[in-house]
Amino acid sequence: MKILLMGNPNVGKSVVFSRLTGAHVIVSNYPGTTVEFTKGSMHLPEELGLSGETAEVIDVPGVYSLEPTSRAEEVALEMLKQGDLVINVVNTTNLERSLNLTLQLLKKKIPLIVALNLWDEAKHTGIKIDAGKLEQSLGVPCIPTCAITGEGFKELVSKIKEAKIGKYEYEEEERWHEVGNIITEVEEVIHRHHRFRERIADASISPKIGIPIAFMLLFATFHVIRFIGEGLIGYVFEPFFDNLWAPLMLKFSNILGGDGFIHNILIGRLVDEKIDFGESFGLLTTGLFVPFGAVLPYIFAFYLILSFLEDSGYLPRLAVLVDNIMHRLGLHGMAIIPMILGLGCNVPGALSARILETKRERFIAATIMAIAVPCMAQIAMVVGLMGKHGAVGLGIVFGTLFIVWIILGVLLNKTMKGESMEIFLEIPPYRLPYLQGLVKKVWMRIIWFVKEAVPWVLAGVFIANILYTLGIVDVISKYTAPLISGLLGLPKEAVGALLLGFFRKDVAVGMLVPLNLTLSQLIVASVVLTMYFPCVATFATLVKELGIAAMLKSAAIMIVSTLLVGRILNLVIGNW
Amino acid sequence: MEKILSELKPKEKGKAMSEIVSVVKMEIGQTGKIVEIHGGAGMSLKLENLGIRVGKEIKKLNQQAMRGPVVMAVGKSQVAIGFGMATRVLVEVGKEEENNENSSNG
Repeated sequence: MKILLMGNPNVGKSVVFSRLTGAHVIVSNYPGTTVEFTKGSMHLPEELGLSGETAEVIDVPGVYSLEPTSRAEEVALEMLKQGDLVINVVNTTNLERSLNLTLQLLKKKIPLIVALNLWDEAKHTGIKIDAGKLEQSLGVPCIPTCAITGEGFKELVSKIKEAKIGKYEYEEEERWHEVGNIITEVEEVIHRHHRFRERIADASISPKIGIPIAFMLLFATFHVIRFIGEGLIGYVFEPFFDNLWAPLMLKFSNILGGDGFIHNILIGRLVDEKIDFGESFGLLTTGLFVPFGAVLPYIFAFYLILSFLEDSGYLPRLAVLVDNIMHRLGLHGMAIIPMILGLGCNVPGALSARILETKRERFIAATIMAIAVPCMAQIAMVVGLMGKHGAVGLGIVFGTLFIVWIILGVLLNKTMKGESMEIFLEIPPYRLPYLQGLVKKVWMRIIWFVKEAVPWVLAGVFIANILYTLGIVDVISKYTAPLISGLLGLPKEAVGALLLGFFRKDVAVGMLVPLNLTLSQLIVASVVLTMYFPCVATFATLVKELGIAAMLKSAAIMIVSTLLVGRILNLVIGNW
Repeated sequence: MEKILSELKPKEKGKAMSEIVSVVKMEIGQTGKIVEIHGGAGMSLKLENLGIRVGKEIKKLNQQAMRGPVVMAVGKSQVAIGFGMATRVLVEVGKEEENNENSSNG
């Protein structure tokens, strides 16, 4: 059996999905589109009178209507044809908008159950719904639920067998009217004064208070991420690698005879007869330390905070606050989402540019993200490398990238044909994230990172090793010296890092470690490494998302702006 | 925009206590009833799906600086729409005092 979850956006549909399905969840693209949906499975328990079999549950993209106004809504309509049963997740706090969809679903003649979700929130805001009456008027089961606490879910599942094809008839033009009639019959609204949470909600989106709050949040976020990341590295990962893994690898090194091709590939070079996770560059030493010891703690911290911000409902507010700035870059407020996701990893950042309506917007957003937004893996390595010099260096790196981001956006907006779309979004009330859902989300993202990133890190370390062992870096660095040293003021060996930056930026930063760069060189190298080209995973994603022609254009912009910015930086701070 | 307003004005002259303005011209915290939405079918449908349609009461919650988006409450939910879109949603607002400000708009 195929069960579809359908409802408006922001009605807690994904939490309902989490509740119904087990741990095994697949996110995939609808064939031929860029629209994503989530698929899972649920057991239909016999003790509730069901078949005892397993049903497939599909979390259909949130829609307001079955008259499509976007690609996601078209996909939802397509998926509807393949389902056996629909659980219509309704926002009890906004029955009017939800019922508009419900009535349209009833016309599709597919077995339906209605989950009156956010039941508790409705109660708090003074909305009382007579579920029995609603069930009578619609002719399908209507069950009050609260996905966060799990209230009503047993009943919801047991009612699956009672799902019915609704008999509700109405004229299409009269739909809003019909919705109004039903609401007068089943809903009672008691006026409540503004609660504290609502006041905060209103304040956080007003320009005067909202913008300072946004800056404070940004500041706090950086500190929390650093605190968690550094804490995990200092107390968990470094001790593990230094005290357990290093001695083990040293023994292994002895077994392999301390030298030779296989030894150098797996263990790398010993520094003072010891393993140095930064400089050894073997698959089992640096290859494992970079993704797990240095990057993963920050990735975890970042996704924890990001998922919290997403689930709490803050991001739409941020989108409204930055809308103005984004318009200067030819984008609208929602384009902040690819930028924020890009800070975690440029791949999801590039993918999320899909939420923008036009090709032009997607091109600008993806290009300035790929150029000026460093990913968390790279940030983690740069922080590790530059940390001993204090915050000034980091400030210059991020400040420069931010300025580049703005200037490039403004230039692209001025030079590209077409105009900006306007922001249009619902602002959900603040909600306390559902812990289990949050944990699941962070877990899925970590798994994703490990699967996507670790192979590339290993490949990068392997290739770096080969390049050095065969002396290829030396050969290339001879030819690129005028560019690297003359223009950017970096030692000619830094070309190795730039070559490897195509594989993984974190590995590339790692390759700067043995070069003993000065602070100004570190700054130039970090900025150049961020800008000059995306890593291979991002590159592949961008080709897929933008097309090869647009990607080439984007790449040309990257290389030109990198040389320009690198040169300017070198001129300004090179003589420190 | 100005044209639309001036076309509407004569009709409204009889109503001494109300005025028709676009959402952009509403004051923060003011409520009004939507009387007209100027836009293509796509835009109207999008707005309608979020509950913004002729006959609905809305309350303007805030507006970002420099032609920024407008946030308004429709029933129990909040919606943000861009400045341009907001100029095309016309609402009837109750006017407490009639003054010569009216004529300067038309």
